[in-house]
Amino acid sequence: MEFLSFLIKRVLWSVLVLVGLSMVIFVIARVVPGDPARMALGPRATPEQVAQLQTELGLDRPIVAQYGRFIEGLTRGDLGRSLLTERPVNDDIRETFAATFELVLCTMVLAMGIGVPLGMIAAYWKDQWPDTAVRFFAIFAAVTPSFFLALLLQILAGYVLHLLPTTGRLPNSMEFEASTTGLLLIDSVIAGRWDVLGEALRHLLLPAIALAAATMGQMARLTRASMIDVSRQDYIEAARAFGIPEWLRVTKYMLRPSFVPPLTIMGLEFASLIGGAFVVEMVFAWPGMAAYGIRTILQKDLNAVMGVVMVSGVFFVLVNLAIDVMVGFVDPRVRIRGRR
Amino acid sequence: MTDAPLTNAYQNWFRFSRNPTAMIGLVIVVICVMAAILAPHITPFPDHVGAVTNFRARHLPPSSINWFGTDNVGRDIFTRVIFGLRISLLLAVVVLGIAIPVGTILGMAAGYFGGWTEIVIMRVTDIALAIPPLVMALAVAAVLSPDLLHSMLAIASLWWTWHTRMIYSITRQLRTQEFIEAAETLGASKFHILFREILPNCVSAIAVKTSLDCGFVILVGAALSFLGLGIQPPTPDLGTMVAQGASFLPDYWWESVLPGLAILFLALGFNLLGDGLRDLFDVEDVR
Repeated sequence: MEFLSFLIKRVLWSVLVLVGLSMVIFVIARVVPGDPARMALGPRATPEQVAQLQTELGLDRPIVAQYGRFIEGLTRGDLGRSLLTERPVNDDIRETFAATFELVLCTMVLAMGIGVPLGMIAAYWKDQWPDTAVRFFAIFAAVTPSFFLALLLQILAGYVLHLLPTTGRLPNSMEFEASTTGLLLIDSVIAGRWDVLGEALRHLLLPAIALAAATMGQMARLTRASMIDVSRQDYIEAARAFGIPEWLRVTKYMLRPSFVPPLTIMGLEFASLIGGAFVVEMVFAWPGMAAYGIRTILQKDLNAVMGVVMVSGVFFVLVNLAIDVMVGFVDPRVRIRGRR
Repeated sequence: MTDAPLTNAYQNWFRFSRNPTAMIGLVIVVICVMAAILAPHITPFPDHVGAVTNFRARHLPPSSINWFGTDNVGRDIFTRVIFGLRISLLLAVVVLGIAIPVGTILGMAAGYFGGWTEIVIMRVTDIALAIPPLVMALAVAAVLSPDLLHSMLAIASLWWTWHTRMIYSITRQLRTQEFIEAAETLGASKFHILFREILPNCVSAIAVKTSLDCGFVILVGAALSFLGLGIQPPTPDLGTMVAQGASFLPDYWWESVLPGLAILFLALGFNLLGDGLRDLFDVEDVR
């Protein structure tokens, strides 16, 4: 019951954030540039053409009415037409989002899956060489620009060692339509195409590493700090006194509460992961939403850009909602007390 | 009594100088800042900053004349990297010069006043956190034009959120402490309490965060210029240089790898310095 009210509060709160986000985007898109109609038509358009498009887009109506229309469009999932592809922005984003989603999801799994154990190792052997090694790794992972790491990985694994493919999601020669979920890793399993699954994983590895490195370092650092914090608690001493084996003490009694700070921060870090995806997708020619965003920005394709920003924001809010629910499961104190 | 601050500063410096990583960080930062300031005097080819072309000298590998080699129009990369540090540092100074005062004041106000002030400020902060700074900068670049100033404003318009959150949580903890209550009982003004009682207690956390942030702002800025949305050519910029050099990989590797290492070096300096300050001031939870 407590958990349900905690959940409802979080959902309502997320809706509020999204409304705020839509206002910010509306202000950027409609108020800042002056005249979107003139921007869309270019400098050579006649005043009549501009006036006609203004009426079509509803730009001659009061600003509140325009915002209402914008919101109404959003709730119907209508983000307008893209000037670049001359298709509805929703269709463009729907096609590209799956690739970004797959990349970002694998990145999070990689960052948590490697970062958290590294942090545990560092905390267990505090002030010994494994701790120092993890610390060095964390610092270098944090300060290496993701585009630079992406290029280095391309040179090393692609050109020098010829180990892994450096561009795209699948080889050009491979015919496969990811039609069920759009996620290659899942659709290939459903279709029983193990060759596709293997190739998809091979293509995913380098971009995911490039994107994950910084967050992985961050996770290692946070896990280390909170493990050391927890290890000083009385109940860990009690567990030791009861003779609970060391491995169980570390993995169960210490890891579970230590897991909360990294998990919460992971949600906030997620914004910079999406930002990083823009860069990494460009380097690896990953056919995702971020690459679409960059292409449309260079063409001043306002509807498309605002759609991409809005979808990124929604993605961020949903991931944070999911993480809050997970934190609630891991740490009962959170769901009883309410927000962190 | 009069020399107490001096002794304190000396003690701090003594502890700081015993921390090897912090010292390495400080040395890197000082070298980079000095190099950026003195760039026209210490670089071998200061005129290569502009749109100079010398096609006979293009794609030369690193040598004793061109330490970092030359680029695709024959300009000295070492010179351009040193000048590129200027843009990166300028970006950090401007963004943090806006973000830190704004974030600190909002954080203190939300933490101290509570009530509606707190609700409004912290909810707006949460909304701003939902937009990745890089994505915001991209959106602004789409609406206005790709340009360093616009990028800086776009990053600054979101960067204050982290400072607000940090100062808010520190202020919340301070609010109930006795020295604040004492000041209130003595009839101190709100201004006095915020800026004379609370702010001094935030300074060490701000110092650590500023140092770490310098590195991260530089990384975001480099990513923007890598995507072609930073300062426009021919002004040298590290991210732009990496992007331009990338089309000549892997044969002319130095054209993108060396400017990339320069970004890494600069960000590393600020990060190690921030880590050292964190140990010194013992503010564990600042990221």
